[in-house]
Amino acid sequence: MEFTTIKETSEQLKNKKISIKELSEIFIDRINNNLNLNAFIYFNKENIHHQITSHFDKKSLLNGIPLAIKDLFCTKSMPTTAGSKILKDFQPPYESFVTHKLLNEGAIFLGKTNCDEFAMGSSNTTSYFGSVVNPLSLKNKPLVPGGSSGGSAAAVAANLCLGATGTDTGGSIRQPASFCGVVGIKPTYGLCSRWGIVAFASSLDQAGIFTNNVNDSAILMQAIAGHDSHDSTSANIKIPNYFESINADLSGKTVGIPSEYHVPGIPEEINVVWEKAIKVLERGGVKIKNISLPHTKYALPAYYIIAPAEASSNLARYDGVKYGLRSKNNTSLDEMYEMTRSEGFGKEVKRRVLIGTYVLSAGYYDAYYLKAQKVRTLIANDFMNAYKDCDFILTPTTPSAAFPIGDKEDDPIKMYLNDVFTVPASLAGIPGISIPFGKSQQGLPLGIQLLCKHFDEQTLFNAASYLEKNYE
Amino acid sequence: MKIDKNTTLKIAKLSRIKIDESEIDELSSQLSSIVDWVEQLNEVNTDTVEPLSNVSMAKLPLRKDIENLKDNSEEVLSNAPDKLEKYFAVPKVVE
Repeated sequence: MEFTTIKETSEQLKNKKISIKELSEIFIDRINNNLNLNAFIYFNKENIHHQITSHFDKKSLLNGIPLAIKDLFCTKSMPTTAGSKILKDFQPPYESFVTHKLLNEGAIFLGKTNCDEFAMGSSNTTSYFGSVVNPLSLKNKPLVPGGSSGGSAAAVAANLCLGATGTDTGGSIRQPASFCGVVGIKPTYGLCSRWGIVAFASSLDQAGIFTNNVNDSAILMQAIAGHDSHDSTSANIKIPNYFESINADLSGKTVGIPSEYHVPGIPEEINVVWEKAIKVLERGGVKIKNISLPHTKYALPAYYIIAPAEASSNLARYDGVKYGLRSKNNTSLDEMYEMTRSEGFGKEVKRRVLIGTYVLSAGYYDAYYLKAQKVRTLIANDFMNAYKDCDFILTPTTPSAAFPIGDKEDDPIKMYLNDVFTVPASLAGIPGISIPFGKSQQGLPLGIQLLCKHFDEQTLFNAASYLEKNYE
Repeated sequence: MKIDKNTTLKIAKLSRIKIDESEIDELSSQLSSIVDWVEQLNEVNTDTVEPLSNVSMAKLPLRKDIENLKDNSEEVLSNAPDKLEKYFAVPKVVE
């Protein structure tokens, strides 16, 4: 038994083929044998043992299932750093909504996974705790796992856990899922509560899931979704049983293929995988419809106004007073603020806070922030119009396969272009899933992205399940 | 350059982030290129478009205004870099 999927492992646990303790030891060993990946910021054997000795069995598929948690979720029994020096010793006094729900289902938390600092990055190289290494790296050439949820994607890909949480603001689940060859879903904005998730850009941040297959992602997604009065943007809707309802028969459905996602200069292998997925859908009786999302090219620049603006506001809380680092240079209150933030934030976070401050500052607000919000309306409308003609949309997840650690570090904009295919859906608040669907010429995984209407996650799981089954 | 040295220093001050003298030039040039790049939004006509600030379907809920007498000051202060009795402590601000 390999113990790579939740469904099968859950049956083994239920039939007493293995105990929760034995299962955890397997994963503790796997993590210990893969410390070079740097996938975890917090990993402590005693903590896991303590969870097991105080464990109460739950009637749930997740009972005893070892999971990894992105270090952006506040956890009462483990520190939470958001990948930042400024929070390196932070111990949350409360549990995030999402992790609370998983604990209630009986899941075991193996540890907290590495991520880009405050989830700002597409390579996991901005973490204060060092880069994560993609487990599929070629010999002598360490590759990025993608970001920001790179540790979670790498941990699932290397089978260091059976599933992991992530957060996605502009592609932070889907892009690393594609780079690491795993399934990653970002649900509709509002499906999961943001309570207890360290905030980056509040109008975009959403929790989601990494797993090794579509069934498992449906199981975990259902577990973390749901209304929470602590988050005023959390939707009060009935959550379907995604897993039980999966129907991989897509005949009669229509898929939209957006012409704007044919970006010039993109490696041919990306389009090859895309074409292949279209053919596989066609074989399943899916109608192919060419659609247009005319404002696609403005999504990235709009995002890089809105996200930094919200980040500059959200990160104002790190002032050395209530929690987190305080600089030793603190002879005055002003010096304390400025030195704390200067010493505590990394380069990329500072850049984004500064850009955000600039676009929100007096005299510039209308020209940048308001303009970007208007463009955001147009991008959301593009999707709403497209869904009049199709049930879901198929695109590549990323414009390239995983790249070497250190690449694109000289030019922030080059790094931002990683998210060209994932950001539009984030701005519209619609759900998206990335599933592995082929290999680059170098043998690295490439993902395909499915997008749907708000709260239509079931269609995503159905279509992803069909593609997964029919990928040869 | 859109963002010159003085502008960088001004927004750094507004952001309460101390920028080292040696970083200012590189930072100004990076910030300028980001601002230049996002300005492509000006190609889009948005004269009659409303801004989108919330994609959530949730209506802003109201909660009952109920008094909560629980003293959780210990939890609230548990991560404070410096505290005095039940207060956060900061460097002296008045002489």
